[in-house]
Amino acid sequence: MATKKTITAESTAPVITVRDDIDTATRLRIYRSIFEIRETEQRAHDLFLQNLVKGTVHLSLGMEAIAAGCGVAMEPGDLTFCTYRGHAHTLARGVPIEKVLGELMGRDIGLLRGKGGSMHLTSVEHGVMGSYAIIGAHLPIACGAAWRAQYKGQKDVSVCFFGDGTTNIGAFHEALNFAVIWKLPVVFVCENNLYMEYTPISEVTAVKDPAAGRASAYGLEPIIGNGQDGDEVYRIAKAAFDKARAGGGPSLLEFKTYRYSGHSRADPAKYRPAGELEDWRQNRDAVKVYRQRLIDTGVSEDEIASIETDAKQKVDVATEACKASPPPPAELLTTDVYADGGWAWRN
Amino acid sequence: MAELTYRDAVARGIAQEMQRDPDVVFLGEDIAKAGGVFKATVGLYEQFGPLRVRDTPISEQAILGAAMGAAMTGLKPIAEIMFSDFIAVCFDYFANEFSKSRYMTNGQVKCPLVVRTGNGGAARFGAQHSQSVENWCMMIPGLKVVAPSNPRDVVGLLAAAVRDPDPVVFFEHKSLYAVKGEVEDGEIVDTLGTAKTVRHGTDATIVALALMVPRALAAAEKLQAEHGINCEVIDVRSLVPLDTHSILESVGRTHRLFTVEENPRLCGWGAEIVSIVADEAFYELDGPPVRITTPHIPLPSADILEDMAIPSVDRIAQTVRRSLES
Repeated sequence: MATKKTITAESTAPVITVRDDIDTATRLRIYRSIFEIRETEQRAHDLFLQNLVKGTVHLSLGMEAIAAGCGVAMEPGDLTFCTYRGHAHTLARGVPIEKVLGELMGRDIGLLRGKGGSMHLTSVEHGVMGSYAIIGAHLPIACGAAWRAQYKGQKDVSVCFFGDGTTNIGAFHEALNFAVIWKLPVVFVCENNLYMEYTPISEVTAVKDPAAGRASAYGLEPIIGNGQDGDEVYRIAKAAFDKARAGGGPSLLEFKTYRYSGHSRADPAKYRPAGELEDWRQNRDAVKVYRQRLIDTGVSEDEIASIETDAKQKVDVATEACKASPPPPAELLTTDVYADGGWAWRN
Repeated sequence: MAELTYRDAVARGIAQEMQRDPDVVFLGEDIAKAGGVFKATVGLYEQFGPLRVRDTPISEQAILGAAMGAAMTGLKPIAEIMFSDFIAVCFDYFANEFSKSRYMTNGQVKCPLVVRTGNGGAARFGAQHSQSVENWCMMIPGLKVVAPSNPRDVVGLLAAAVRDPDPVVFFEHKSLYAVKGEVEDGEIVDTLGTAKTVRHGTDATIVALALMVPRALAAAEKLQAEHGINCEVIDVRSLVPLDTHSILESVGRTHRLFTVEENPRLCGWGAEIVSIVADEAFYELDGPPVRITTPHIPLPSADILEDMAIPSVDRIAQTVRRSLES
């Protein structure tokens, strides 16, 4: 396994040795997921430019292979916890595209019927236990879900995604210590896209690798992977999930990646050095890397093209469904504040 | 019927619910082997074992996050935050997480959990271990907020909180832990959102919470004995849901309203009650509603200073008398 391989962001060039430990059906699932996320995120961006997406969006363009590789490595019943940059992880668990785009657009068809928005995508039936918009909050929450599995003898794993910036908040450290001392079936996945928001993570972090560099403080193995390579993500994630499922306790994974867009829709990302974005796009793009992987492993151009056509069509159909959907009804304003379905705080 | 202390009632309430439902689990700092720093959870670890009664590190965010994640996925956790002042270091979970997840997810995510916490002053602990912070939670949509004043209510309201499908913040008063009261045998389950009239009277309604309830009662007895003023005293018990019927009905008979609040004055719960009465029973009032509170100051440590800050029996009695006589 490649779990101890150390890769720096600078060395994540697409030098790939094809290994046959992943079967073609799995690889096709990974590519389908990467491509669907790419197309959906691009559409979210376009809809924002058309003023059809209200509020903010935090896109995972460029970072798709992590959500896809982990999503395919998860078993049905495993639980996903993600951040406000959670469209990708939500889609990777099989949530329909129109439910995601519809939520961004504030339509009734949306996953939360417009009550949550882009930053709070949740689909319990798909194991997506929420997208959390306060940095770090969901790491302890994922611990709690894992505690339930441990207490009840259930075999699901809680998987918690977050960015490099999260490694500098207290809840990250509380959760890691807690997960280790209780030996919980939880896997923490850091997507290190090199920028916390607008500031390079290296300028604000005491160690070079913001997650892996802290692992040893909690008795965990430092695990770093190339987040642009769906195969590598899948292998590392699967090993960590298997370990957690077998009672081996938590893991902390750090994947090096890059986001193509700014932090949020308000951010033009002018702080990046010239050529950096182009370098990642040309040389380490998750879609390009994995498309080539499929070709190298004998998948036909026709089969790849049919996945791509299918994904584009699904995004188009979803977009039209969202545009046709009405806004949420007014009565939703006061539903589900409390468990009785309403909002009454007094008699 | 047995006489129990308020602290023993906490352990009895938790035990009652843990015995009933194997999904009830309990976590917090020093709550298991040590039996709690206030000795309110003695015996639970021995009775229910290390899987259900778990000591945690000093990690309030981890405690509440873990309680929430467990609640979302099928357990009924009780989490202890040792001193309610420490809510400040994990306020995200109250303000943003378990309070809002049901609404934000259009009803998908449910958080049936209880946070127990030691609240209030009169123990000379100074400004960071003495506060009454129930209003920090009362202002957040999605939370329920309970504060019992006696051992019987501790058992019954704690049981109701554990069985409630919403997140409930349960404020135990540190200066009541040693107080004894009669508690009947057998299972006790009370109802959230119900105030209790603990003294009937005709001249004024005094609304109080937690430690202020016994002080309001003592003040009412003093007013009766010394001045022939007959006060009704209502123990609010539950700030959310709030039993406004009981308060409005009482004010409709006595025509005067006093609130007795341990919190510093600004945005205390009494302000909300005064506002409701002013909106809905203004013409029932024979005089202005009066709030008796701690001044807008941090609490001092020295006994003589702290006693000046928190409403006392004498201050309550004097304020009511002067207001009725003016």
